[in-house]
Amino acid sequence: MSVKLNTRQVGDVIVIDVTGRITLGEGSSALRDALRELVKKDQKKILLNLGDVSYIDSSGIGELVSGFTTVTNAGGQLKLLNLSKRVKDLLQITKLYTVFDVHDDEAAAVRSFA
Amino acid sequence: MAENSRSVRETVERSLDSTLESVDSAEDLASGLAGRAGFNDEDLLKIGMAVRESMVNAVVHGNRYNAHKKVRFAVSGGDGRLTVKIADEGEGFDIDRLPDPLAPDNLLRSSGRGIFLIRSFMDEFQIRRLEGGGIELTLVKYQAAK
Repeated sequence: MSVKLNTRQVGDVIVIDVTGRITLGEGSSALRDALRELVKKDQKKILLNLGDVSYIDSSGIGELVSGFTTVTNAGGQLKLLNLSKRVKDLLQITKLYTVFDVHDDEAAAVRSFA
Repeated sequence: MAENSRSVRETVERSLDSTLESVDSAEDLASGLAGRAGFNDEDLLKIGMAVRESMVNAVVHGNRYNAHKKVRFAVSGGDGRLTVKIADEGEGFDIDRLPDPLAPDNLLRSSGRGIFLIRSFMDEFQIRRLEGGGIELTLVKYQAAK
């Protein structure tokens, strides 16, 4: 399995539950397409739930960064939820952990959007 | 009683197509051999990721998915260390000219972290330009003492 995305709405926040591997190819492009689609629809509050992401490579990290930039430049906010130790370690090594607003509780994450 | 896995040397060599499937294959081969050699779970993850990044480099940036170009892959282990060699048939690159992905101006770039991650996960990393063209990456991971 590559990646599976489930999109739902909690209040005015779009939550994308990501399951599987965000790697170069199908995985990273699926995430990119989903985020671009949301920005096109003028969605400003996006929460990526990465709790079931089993693997992410540098391309996957690149798509998180690219998504963050795209959403931010469109006047929106992209936040991360439920990072596994592996994903958290990767974001820390690449000095991206402090770039993102990271949460481990969905309700608190939803409330945090301006 | 099974022989101590650390002292049994195993080598796997493949000539791989320049495809994303080959990236997966190489990662599985390296992780499998490292597992049989007795590397712990954390090191297996790091080895797998480093091999993946190296293969992506060879397939995407080196050979540019060219069906006529191969990636030579070799992994050996069992003597307390794992050595991986990955060679492409591309035009090569100057590693000293790669932008630093941790520099503030580069932090939000969407690419450029692969070599950095390989160096972070492996104990040794060498890059060599091949005479006939192409680049060979050598990755070494030492087994943690028990």
